[in-house]
Amino acid sequence: MTSLAESRGVGENPRRRGVRVGTLRASGAARGAGPGVAVGWIGLVPFGVYALLFLAIPAVLAIASGFFTVDGAFTLANFDTFADPTTQKDIIGSVGLSAVTAVVGAIAGAIICYALLSMRPDGWIRTIVDSASSVFAQFGGVMLAFAFIATMGNTGLIGVILNGLFGDNTYTSPLYTVPGLVPVYLFFQIPLMVLTFMPAMEALKPAWGEAVATLGGTRRTYWWRVGIPVLAPAFLGCTILLFANSFSSFATAAALISQGGLISLDIFRASTSETVIGHANEAGSLALAMVVVMVVLMSAYGALQRRAAKWGNR
Amino acid sequence: MKTRLLVGTAVLAVAALALTACAGTASGSTSGGSIKTLTLAEAQKATSADDFGGMAGLVAAANKEGHLNVITLPPSWANYGQIIQGFEKKYPGIKINSENPDGSSADEVAAAKSQKGQSTAPDVFDIGTAVMNQNLDLLAPYKVQSWKDIPDDFKAADGTWWYDYTGLMSIGYDTKKFPKGIKKLDDLLGSDFKNAVAIKGDPTQANEALSAVAMAALQSGGSADDIQPGIDFFQKLKQAGNFLGTLPTQATVASGETPVVIQWSFNNVGWGPAAGSAGNPNWKTVVLPGTGFGSYYNQAINTDAPNPAAARLWEEYLYTPQVQNLFLAAGAYPAQLAAMKKAGTVDTSVLAKVGDAPSDFVQLSADQAAKASTLLTAKWAAAIG
Repeated sequence: MTSLAESRGVGENPRRRGVRVGTLRASGAARGAGPGVAVGWIGLVPFGVYALLFLAIPAVLAIASGFFTVDGAFTLANFDTFADPTTQKDIIGSVGLSAVTAVVGAIAGAIICYALLSMRPDGWIRTIVDSASSVFAQFGGVMLAFAFIATMGNTGLIGVILNGLFGDNTYTSPLYTVPGLVPVYLFFQIPLMVLTFMPAMEALKPAWGEAVATLGGTRRTYWWRVGIPVLAPAFLGCTILLFANSFSSFATAAALISQGGLISLDIFRASTSETVIGHANEAGSLALAMVVVMVVLMSAYGALQRRAAKWGNR
Repeated sequence: MKTRLLVGTAVLAVAALALTACAGTASGSTSGGSIKTLTLAEAQKATSADDFGGMAGLVAAANKEGHLNVITLPPSWANYGQIIQGFEKKYPGIKINSENPDGSSADEVAAAKSQKGQSTAPDVFDIGTAVMNQNLDLLAPYKVQSWKDIPDDFKAADGTWWYDYTGLMSIGYDTKKFPKGIKKLDDLLGSDFKNAVAIKGDPTQANEALSAVAMAALQSGGSADDIQPGIDFFQKLKQAGNFLGTLPTQATVASGETPVVIQWSFNNVGWGPAAGSAGNPNWKTVVLPGTGFGSYYNQAINTDAPNPAAARLWEEYLYTPQVQNLFLAAGAYPAQLAAMKKAGTVDTSVLAKVGDAPSDFVQLSADQAAKASTLLTAKWAAAIG
């Protein structure tokens, strides 16, 4: 019996276009026209309180629980779980699944954005792709799982066709393994990339292309020397968002693979187990591991970003 | 100023007292003068309906509360859908809030702790023994009117918990896909069962999945003390390509994606023809011959129940013959079955249909359950990985 409320955590709202850091930062001139510093701080208060109540405090409480026994005594025993080969395998599984779906999703999404760039911004194709992406980026949990069971399951559409062609039982659905989650996750990863990366693509000014052409550059020179360097920080930022989105995904995976294989499923198992009693707070130490992975990733991104900024100033 | 406030409060208090006294006598006189009005704290400590002045008093107090919070009761589990509807029909003044129907026993305890003192906290538990034994301090002693009909080894002497029902581990399968049927456990290792056999989750998390492994152990020469043969069976099942690592639901059974499910008999029965259009009409439930495996779930009341009278009324309701027969109809053998057979209150047509409870079936003791979970923690992932 599983709790199937979808909790994709980070990156829940693809409309939050905070990822276009770097490319679309307000210019220095515009800053002077803004409100005073004090007013700015007051304006930040509601968000600050919200983030504190619904992000910071729960995160600190969850991680802190990893340092205590169920009865409330301080312990480091919850970290023994990292010596367990199953936990190690599941961390690798989660990181691998997230990396693959983030990179593939980011590249596929960027290609779609590139294709959309040649369409009229207010044309019907752009409108349809934009609204479809907002819907599919949020499609997850049991419904998504069942949609894939109906197409890719052992008795799903593909299975029925293949078994019909090559005889019974030739098709074994890949869905119920960790690698089998890749196509399922891409179903929401690619639209999320389209939503978050499109604004950065749109910020490419046609004038830059014209300037390159005037100076005798080709289309290829333009992309190599202008387009890609300008878009790189946003692209990496979006990729990290996709990674986090997939890393924290739970409900879809829980509906498809019941025997574990991902760290989010391990957290669920530890915190709700009916059979292994007294290990609930291992969920806290596993959560800490997830945070550590994200911190490492964000630091790498930060370093890369600073490097990119240096190139930009040159 | 201060004195005037004090006087005012005193006047109000006296008025309130007089009013409640009036109310007390008024309602008391209509129903024989025995109904007692309890405070919340008193009601939370009531150990039987007599503390409310009998069943009429309990009903009146529960109606006054108007709500009942139940938790982790899936509608297709042991007929709980009908049982909840029946309660709301019988006591229309009480609205049932059914929280987190698909949660685990551990979720019940977590909700009771995290929502302590709030109006949304669960009032009653339907809880597995292993989790319950770690949390006895959350349970308020209470004895239903039919307490003597519950066998002595089915209840705590002080009334902190008492058995409600048990299923038997059973194999449900689609007769259309497997017309030859399933006679013994090893049938499932055959090549025609490729990608077919699912259990209800990870045995290191879900009691129902652990029970499937224990049943397989009993069928393969193991015992309640040693479920290793059960783990070996599932390893063979996995190697044969027959184990399906997805979570079976009523929907996957109806669609045919999980054509064999090892789970409690009351769930296999509940997902079959009994479910009507939502069920699979070809779903058959078999309990294999030999020693059966069962596990009673327990009823208990939250010490901090926000609706203590409704909680107690719910328990009284569950232990009426009507509701015990509803459990039975789902294939969940109720705790009062023996007494009901004696008293002639059991629904004989239902009993004939689901078959009598086996005279002997194994259920894990606390020590055996702990041993089994330690073994599973060490061996399970590798066996089916």
